[in-house]
Amino acid sequence: MDINELHAMAEQEQLRRKPHRIRYCTSAGCVSAGAIAVKDGLKAAVKDGKLDNEIEISSVGCMGLCARGPLVKVEPSEIFYENVTAEQAASVVSTCHGGATDAKVSDLEHPFWKLQQPIVLENRGRINPERIEEYVQVGGYQSLHKALTDMTPAEVVEEMKKSGLRGRGGGGYPTGLKWETVAKMPPGQKYVICNADEGDPGAFMDRSILESDPHRVLEGMAIAGYAVGATHGFVYTRAEYPLAIKHLQKAIKQAKKFEFLGSQIFGSGFDFKVDIRIGAGAFVCGEETALMHSIQGARGNPRPRPPYPAASGLWDCPTLINNVESFANVAPIVRNGGDWYASIGTEDSKGTKVFALTGKITNTGLIEVPMGTTLRQIVEEMGDGVPDGGVVKAVQTGGPSGGCVPADLLDTPVEYKSLLKLGAIMGSGGMIVMDEGTKMVEIARFYMEFCREETCGKCVPCRTGTVQLYELLDKISKGQGTAKDVEQLEKLSYMVKEMSLCGLGQTAPNPILSTLDYFKQEYLDLLQSPADLNGNKIEATANAPSA
Amino acid sequence: MSVVTLKIDGVDVAIAAGSSVMQAAQEASVEIPRLCYLEGLSTVGSCRLCVVEIAGINKLLPACTTEVREGMDVTTQSPKLQDYRRMVLELLFGEGNHVCAICVANGNCELQDMAIAVGMDHSRFPYRFPDRKADLSHTQFGIDHNRCILCTRCVRVCDEIEGAHVWDVSQRGEFCHITSGLDQPWGDVDACTACGKCVDACPTGAIFRKNDTTGEKVGDREKLEFLVKARENREWVR
Amino acid sequence: MGKVKFATVWLAGCAGCHMSFLDMDEWLIELAQHVDVVYSPVGSDLKHYPDGVDVCLVEGAIANVDNLELIQEVRQKTKILISFGDCAVTANVPGMRNMLGGAESVLTRGYLELADAGKQFPNEPGIVPELLDQVQSVHNVVPVDIFMPGCPPPADRIKATLAPLLKGEMPVMEGREMIKFG
Repeated sequence: MDINELHAMAEQEQLRRKPHRIRYCTSAGCVSAGAIAVKDGLKAAVKDGKLDNEIEISSVGCMGLCARGPLVKVEPSEIFYENVTAEQAASVVSTCHGGATDAKVSDLEHPFWKLQQPIVLENRGRINPERIEEYVQVGGYQSLHKALTDMTPAEVVEEMKKSGLRGRGGGGYPTGLKWETVAKMPPGQKYVICNADEGDPGAFMDRSILESDPHRVLEGMAIAGYAVGATHGFVYTRAEYPLAIKHLQKAIKQAKKFEFLGSQIFGSGFDFKVDIRIGAGAFVCGEETALMHSIQGARGNPRPRPPYPAASGLWDCPTLINNVESFANVAPIVRNGGDWYASIGTEDSKGTKVFALTGKITNTGLIEVPMGTTLRQIVEEMGDGVPDGGVVKAVQTGGPSGGCVPADLLDTPVEYKSLLKLGAIMGSGGMIVMDEGTKMVEIARFYMEFCREETCGKCVPCRTGTVQLYELLDKISKGQGTAKDVEQLEKLSYMVKEMSLCGLGQTAPNPILSTLDYFKQEYLDLLQSPADLNGNKIEATANAPSA
Repeated sequence: MSVVTLKIDGVDVAIAAGSSVMQAAQEASVEIPRLCYLEGLSTVGSCRLCVVEIAGINKLLPACTTEVREGMDVTTQSPKLQDYRRMVLELLFGEGNHVCAICVANGNCELQDMAIAVGMDHSRFPYRFPDRKADLSHTQFGIDHNRCILCTRCVRVCDEIEGAHVWDVSQRGEFCHITSGLDQPWGDVDACTACGKCVDACPTGAIFRKNDTTGEKVGDREKLEFLVKARENREWVR
Repeated sequence: MGKVKFATVWLAGCAGCHMSFLDMDEWLIELAQHVDVVYSPVGSDLKHYPDGVDVCLVEGAIANVDNLELIQEVRQKTKILISFGDCAVTANVPGMRNMLGGAESVLTRGYLELADAGKQFPNEPGIVPELLDQVQSVHNVVPVDIFMPGCPPPADRIKATLAPLLKGEMPVMEGREMIKFG
């Protein structure tokens, strides 16, 4: 494969296309809303109208507005339809030739769309994830070509540093710096790992990217491999993501066939191969050292850092490990330059961030906004707030490792620094909206139950601290707690946070600490009333001694 | 071999580069509480008792896995460390069934010693009283999971010194337990050479000789010394 | 300063702590000069726990409704409550039944499964106290002022704990001599 062949491939794909295309979403949200029946309806209508030569029915990955699925998009008119039913399919097809449909047209002027700036999701609704030709047609693998032929590895690293991209898995470590560290390790066997072990409840950014645009991740990994001097990459994902795995497997196969992966890519001296490793879904395996143990076939336990993976990672070799979304940003950065990327976002946080917007919000879905967008814009403008006129109470980011931002702080911009200051974190992109009816102590208990079940058990604070924290929360939420229990809860939270071995334990108390910060009264309201404490409740205590 | 100098609780120490803060502390005769650490075995940093404060680093780091650096200023005792270490002990006592009065290791138990060292006169967290088993299938030894603190010394000593790898960890979180062979009764594990290194490495009474009763598991310090030096001196039998 | 009103209480424990208390031997005579023993299974015949007790040693865990009733009364009427021995501090041996689950499974095991003849639960309301579901340490039920672990606490430890109290000082519970379990 050389550049002419790449262009020819894109051109061929363009020529192959029929005048009209109708794209239907095949991601989990739309499928569960009935997208398969819609697809059958669309296909039947084309067949019945003998329009096979004119209209192509094609699947695409997630288009974002999951709350209003199934979503259908008509090209080239670029009209989006929401909540399409199988009955409406024929009329949607008829619009290609001036017909009318009663399917609801999505308002692309709505802030949900207007405030987005798709970079990672730039191919959203534009390509069939199972066809490499479509990825190439929209400019795919040109960044890899550019890197391999026009740039030295050091120049690629330089662009990444200039871009200001920070780890999108939640840690926020400067990506370019990480690349540089691995690149500067002595030559020899090195690895690139894509961390696709997305485990936060309510988060589906990485799954969506892998399902909808798998080649983009492969391209990012290959560029990374070139930049740091690695020839072997792994994508570590979980068995719960069968569609992502299927699309990725297909993508790897296609990329190999067209020699975007393999030996001497684009005629350069660079070799790169990618393997998939499928984990069993342990949350802790998203922690990088545990993840690497798992790839090596060992128990998925973390180990103390340093040494960091960049110095000693997979099989003790220098290893670059980045999140799916980080890799998905690489091709555009190489294409447009680091300065371009750095011009988006804020001083502290460059570029864009993908969020999975869920919970008590009208427009559930996947969005990509420039850093610096405020939570209020996301929740109230883009998300249309709580359904049925409810009131937002808090926004939770970062899942079990994150915290809650109360409604009166919604004007906070989405930035690593400002979220951290509030006791929340950027996290990997889960954003859960809570309304007035949400009981914050129960939210804290829910996340602690999750951590208690997901801790690997290696270090004491996390293994048994999470159990005691859960028990305290359970006691308090059942109205059996005392002021001393709340004090104990806070003390132990700080201890688990500061003493745990890995990120899981170090962040597990965050939901408690942030709800204690902003919603302490809810804890206090649940405490035993003084009347219960005067010691005259022997009978009741005897029957139900507190554990 | 290069040497670095550092301060441990204000005491100047010079030690070979690549050493751990724990080793430097030993050099400076500063006692740092520890449970999972056993000289001669690889370090895992899992009990978190040996965490120390290092000037300029805003995180607590375990002394056993942290490498010394030139000019490091290490503090091993502070009210915060003392309080956190005590909580670690309380959590450990609460998660198993540690009944000192009827334990083979009573009076010779590192868990007991650590409780004293951190000033734990009671646990502020309720005991969990888990339902755990004991395995007495081995002809010479027994393992009582009620007394296990999951320090994994047995796992490491068997793998790294004896080379038999009889032990491993099963399950996760609060359900973690030490398992023998392929989750077989210990007595059925052919790989076990009955060397007894795990008995001596075990800091509590979890792994014991069958003919020992309450308070009779006497720490064989020489044996421990031998374990520690076995690899270094290439002496595998005593 | 008047005499210290002193009590000892025996809950779910083996009485070993009280035996150890008696092992203080001749120091007991000195103790007697400083205290009025107002309630104790080994030092007084009084059947009711009096008001205004200054210091009370509580041996044993909270295992049944009688224990629970007494400890709450003790707490209300005592200035300094000392958890005396491992059963009081950790539930210790009596607490080992907690591993079997609740009271019913313990009774089933003890009085049905392991009985040779006359299998039945003990049932004499008002005389045989009902078991609590879980045996608890004293401080899980009421606030405790001083913890004196040990099974039993050696006589010297008991002495070292009480002696400062007689002088109106709090003992320092530190080090192997004072806080070793078992």
